[in-house]
Amino acid sequence: MADWRDEVEPWVLESRIKVPYTWTAGETGSHYLLELKDNKKFWGTRCPQCKRIYHVPKRNCPECFTECTEWVELGPLGTLRDYTIMRKAEPRLHTLPVPFAYGVIFLDGSDTGFLHLLYEYEEADLAEGLRVEPVFAEERTGHILDVKYFRPAKAVS
Amino acid sequence: MGKKVAVTGVGITKQSSVRHDVNGVEIINEAVRAALEDADMNRADIDAVVIGNMDHFEGINYVEAWSIDGNGGLMKPTMKVTTGGCTGSTVAMAAYYHVASGLFNKVLAIGWEKNSESDTTGAITTAFDAIWDRPVFAGAVAGLAVEAALYMHETGATEEDAAYVAVRDRKHALNNPFAHLHINLTIKDIMDSPYLSWPVKMGDMCPRTDGACALIFSSEDVVDDFPMPPAWVVAVANRHMYTYTADADFGSIDGPYWMTSLEAASKDIYSRVGISDPLNQFDMAELYLPYSFAGVKWMEALGFTGRGGGPELLRSGATDMGGKCPVNPSGGVLSSNPIGATALLRVADAALQMQARAGARQVPDAKLALCTGFGGCYWSDMLILSKDKP
Repeated sequence: MADWRDEVEPWVLESRIKVPYTWTAGETGSHYLLELKDNKKFWGTRCPQCKRIYHVPKRNCPECFTECTEWVELGPLGTLRDYTIMRKAEPRLHTLPVPFAYGVIFLDGSDTGFLHLLYEYEEADLAEGLRVEPVFAEERTGHILDVKYFRPAKAVS
Repeated sequence: MGKKVAVTGVGITKQSSVRHDVNGVEIINEAVRAALEDADMNRADIDAVVIGNMDHFEGINYVEAWSIDGNGGLMKPTMKVTTGGCTGSTVAMAAYYHVASGLFNKVLAIGWEKNSESDTTGAITTAFDAIWDRPVFAGAVAGLAVEAALYMHETGATEEDAAYVAVRDRKHALNNPFAHLHINLTIKDIMDSPYLSWPVKMGDMCPRTDGACALIFSSEDVVDDFPMPPAWVVAVANRHMYTYTADADFGSIDGPYWMTSLEAASKDIYSRVGISDPLNQFDMAELYLPYSFAGVKWMEALGFTGRGGGPELLRSGATDMGGKCPVNPSGGVLSSNPIGATALLRVADAALQMQARAGARQVPDAKLALCTGFGGCYWSDMLILSKDKP
């Protein structure tokens, strides 16, 4: 006897989940993003206990569990710690054409790394210790991509 | 049996429709720091962390890692629990299991939600089956409304009966400084509010809230370390119903049932604790009533009255402040609903009652408390707390 399962056509339904979100930056994140947008400045927060300077800023120190209310201006130059070069385009996610790089940057004065994009570089120059500078967007909206990317610093300092 | 377990610290944040001053990690931190302060503890004293919320409400998939800066779990054993609306009570139960096992002495339990960040109905719909349920059914309101419609049909209960609960819980919330809603309403206000999905009206439903709650669960071996008296966990129970909506109580050809999961969980927990007359044995209850009709029908599933007896029970005043067993002295879910924290807030408020520090909402001489959580597709969690060591 024929088994009906041998005849069945596997059916796959296509759909997508569309849920809108409005994510609150909070007071600390809002202060940071507005300074980036209005004044093209980077600020970190300092833990009153361990004195570590966090960038991006944290409202509370995850180690000491104290509130970090003191602001410290950072950068705008920074030092590249680590990177990877993107070769394959993901147009739904990427804001830059490949090849570009993701890098962990320590802005001058910061004790923590900052993940951002690298562009306008010569691949041979990419290395730990490279001095980098931010390239700001003309139209800034209070977003981490108000910095379009970092590139090797023109005037090494 | 394992270690006896008590709640020894409570932290509750300010709750409102939108907390623009804090992001998700920061609202968690606000609750955690309040709980640590209440328990006179440092982060170093925490042995493990259990945290929960509903992923889709903030679009965050692994909250235990994402919130590590604020949740106190940095380099500690940390786990996430997600069971829909039950999340807060399941978090409490998981923390209880951690401590009862004898493996951990002081466990931090966290529930939180920023409901302002998403479309709650859209997010809830992702909990339902993509092929069979979602195209024909959406969100929480409709699912509750079909239950209410069947209950009214079977028992003759009315929309006014349900409105009694909506008014009662909001009145109780006036005594709770942490409650989101502070509004004094009448039965007429509820009846005049617009229908969302018949017979459920705007006034019958819980709000959407930004808020967080954190509790410290501690072993009997260390309860003397804390400044506040322990609120003991006597027992916990839970039952998960079907997840395909039409298989739940109101869809079964064998039904109608009276909230099957809650009835089964209460039979289980009552038999272990020796509860035969819940209305007279419990001094108060913090029940997860997400809409007013639950405050009528589910009292029957909980054994506070017989089937169809809900309306009469309410009108006797037994569940009001000053009654035999006040229900939701905090104002309940109808007054505050940060979903992942909502069921944990039931435990938090019951703990405050057992510790005799619930302020204006204190039930005098409260010694035994019932808490419930509701979520998923008619799932039920239950916890019983006591003032005295079990």
